[in-house]
Amino acid sequence: MEMYRSHVLVCAGAGCISSACKSVQSALLEHIEENGLTGEVKVVETGCMGPCDLGPVVMVFPDGVFYRRLKPEDAAEIVSEHLLKGKVVTRLLHRPAGNDKQVAGFDQLDFFKKQTRIALRNTGVINPESVEEYIARDGYRALGKALSQMTPAEVVEAIKESGLRGRGGAGFPTGLKWEFTARAPGHPKYVVCNADEGDPGAFMDRSILEGDPHSVLEAMAICGYAIGANRGYIYVRAEYPLAVDRLEIAIGKAREYGLLGDNIFGTDFGFDIEIRVGAGAFVCGEETALLASIEGKRGEPRPKPPFPAQAGLWGKPTVINNVETLANIPPVILNGPRWFAGIGTEKSKGTKVFALAGKVNNTGLVEVPMGTTLREIIFDIGGGIPAGKKFKAVQTGGPSGGCIPEDYLDTPVDYESLTKLGTIMGSGGMIIVDEETCMVDLAKFFLEFVQEESCGKCAPCRIGTKRMLEILERITAGNGRNGDIELLEELSAGIKNSALCGLGQTAPNPVLSTLRYFRDEYEAHIRDKKCPAGACQALLTYYINAKSCQGCGLCSKVCPAEAIIGEKKKPHVIDTDKCIKCGTCKQKCKFDAIITV
Amino acid sequence: MKSLAELDKLREKLRQEMNVREKDHDVTVTVSMGTCGIAAGAREIVKALLEEMKEQGLSRVALTQTSCAGLCQHEPLVEVNRGNEKITYINVDRDKAREIVKKHLVAGQVIKEWTTPERS
Repeated sequence: MEMYRSHVLVCAGAGCISSACKSVQSALLEHIEENGLTGEVKVVETGCMGPCDLGPVVMVFPDGVFYRRLKPEDAAEIVSEHLLKGKVVTRLLHRPAGNDKQVAGFDQLDFFKKQTRIALRNTGVINPESVEEYIARDGYRALGKALSQMTPAEVVEAIKESGLRGRGGAGFPTGLKWEFTARAPGHPKYVVCNADEGDPGAFMDRSILEGDPHSVLEAMAICGYAIGANRGYIYVRAEYPLAVDRLEIAIGKAREYGLLGDNIFGTDFGFDIEIRVGAGAFVCGEETALLASIEGKRGEPRPKPPFPAQAGLWGKPTVINNVETLANIPPVILNGPRWFAGIGTEKSKGTKVFALAGKVNNTGLVEVPMGTTLREIIFDIGGGIPAGKKFKAVQTGGPSGGCIPEDYLDTPVDYESLTKLGTIMGSGGMIIVDEETCMVDLAKFFLEFVQEESCGKCAPCRIGTKRMLEILERITAGNGRNGDIELLEELSAGIKNSALCGLGQTAPNPVLSTLRYFRDEYEAHIRDKKCPAGACQALLTYYINAKSCQGCGLCSKVCPAEAIIGEKKKPHVIDTDKCIKCGTCKQKCKFDAIITV
Repeated sequence: MKSLAELDKLREKLRQEMNVREKDHDVTVTVSMGTCGIAAGAREIVKALLEEMKEQGLSRVALTQTSCAGLCQHEPLVEVNRGNEKITYINVDRDKAREIVKKHLVAGQVIKEWTTPERS
């Protein structure tokens, strides 16, 4: 490594890559060379910095200036003004919603300022393909400390004392899992990393794998030492090609440095890791299905017990931890369990990474201490709802979770408080919906997802979710019947009690939680054949407001059903029998004269 | 990797480069890069400072630039900030730049005769 006076960090998370950060990067390099700055300024590709909707994003150090939505054309000015003369290019800075001024320093932006980054400590800060940068930021010191200064039992004890709980969704204490596996008879033992992140809208684990792969490798080796395993597997989805690439590079580099392999840190402990690429079945995120898939069998769950701690991979004791859980391990070992336990709430320690998606200004990746309120996450960090719309609900926990309405925005987020509200922490997907989202439609979306992903092994999930989906489909199509709500509730209870795995048991949650908080919307669909949010097309009627209509005739020209008639310069009318409710007229009308009821 | 000590040695070396990305620099060295500064050769000063900092193995020092400081006749200007202490060197050339790194940044001695003339 060489010393440079300035580092230009270019976010190369999958989000920024899709907004063409690579062409910005090459433009920067080109201008840096042109200005003779090659030996002074280094351009570094990092993992996801978090503010995905602002991509491509770039940070310039040592000043810490944050530029957003860059185009290749902007590179010349950044180089000639900022990098050469030290003058910040104001027009490329971010102006947060509600601010009247642009903000230069990334640490001055609420989005970054209000976060506490433990799992994401290196993501967006280091080059994920450089083990040297990881080492420079204390990488592999935790492994070194564990191997040379702690017994395996002390490592387990430290994780237990830290209070760390599984970040994959269920929140099982990680230290206990390790202890059960360490004590279980049987040899060899295995460490498995569950990187089969499948919830719609969730991308926490992908970002960690893409941005800081070594933190996961180091944690797996620590776990191996603690439980007496010498081999680990990372089960990662094929839909994450960049994560797979960077993991492969990381494993190669770690082996080169002797941080994986035999006799790590001069001890007789050896550990190595293999990647297993999943074929994209949601159910393979369920641990028993995941293990079956690694073994080369069909990815189907099996009943528990026995738990993987007793009989996991190839029937041997196995720890399965989620990516984010693992990313927390090295800091716990380095800074001590008490430091970690000092963050968060009484029963939920540390931080949680959330992927903000949907109707929120700052979509992206954020990490906050447990106990942060939903309002802080959505409004302070997330910047609130775009286009002046009203917040309606936040969906957490993906297809296994539920919705939280506005009344509960001040709830401190932890495992228990979310369960109490009828949802779950889940892996950290947070989908924000505004007043224009129909809650029945939202529940239908998640059920469609589960239905499609149901592996089919058990009847409650295979058939039960299908029947539920059919009911939701007819409700949103305006054919809901009296008693449908009760039928949904009855089916939900049956599926929850009898499905084989977590996927099926939690599948009714989106329906149950929307019924709990938005029952009136279901009733309006069934009884009045109306969609209060105006989202279900089948339940809308299109009218022309005669007062606003100028009689320009544009709507009648674009109507594919020839349902709009009227004389020129006089108000037009829609023949509701002919109208197919496509919405084209509403989109095209320049006078907002077309209304839906 | 044979021991934790070996890792720590490597880490110390790698830190020197990575410190640019930390916000807790002990010292900030700022070179004025207005039109006046550039005309007076400030680019060369930046290069000389960086070269010497590399040679001395300095970390926790941020090397930045700023625009015209209003002392155009004294350009190139180099400002060294450590805590509340602010020292401005004037009419800096390549050799002076290297001396500033060696004496001021490494040894902590301000080179008085090159600093801003006392206002009377």
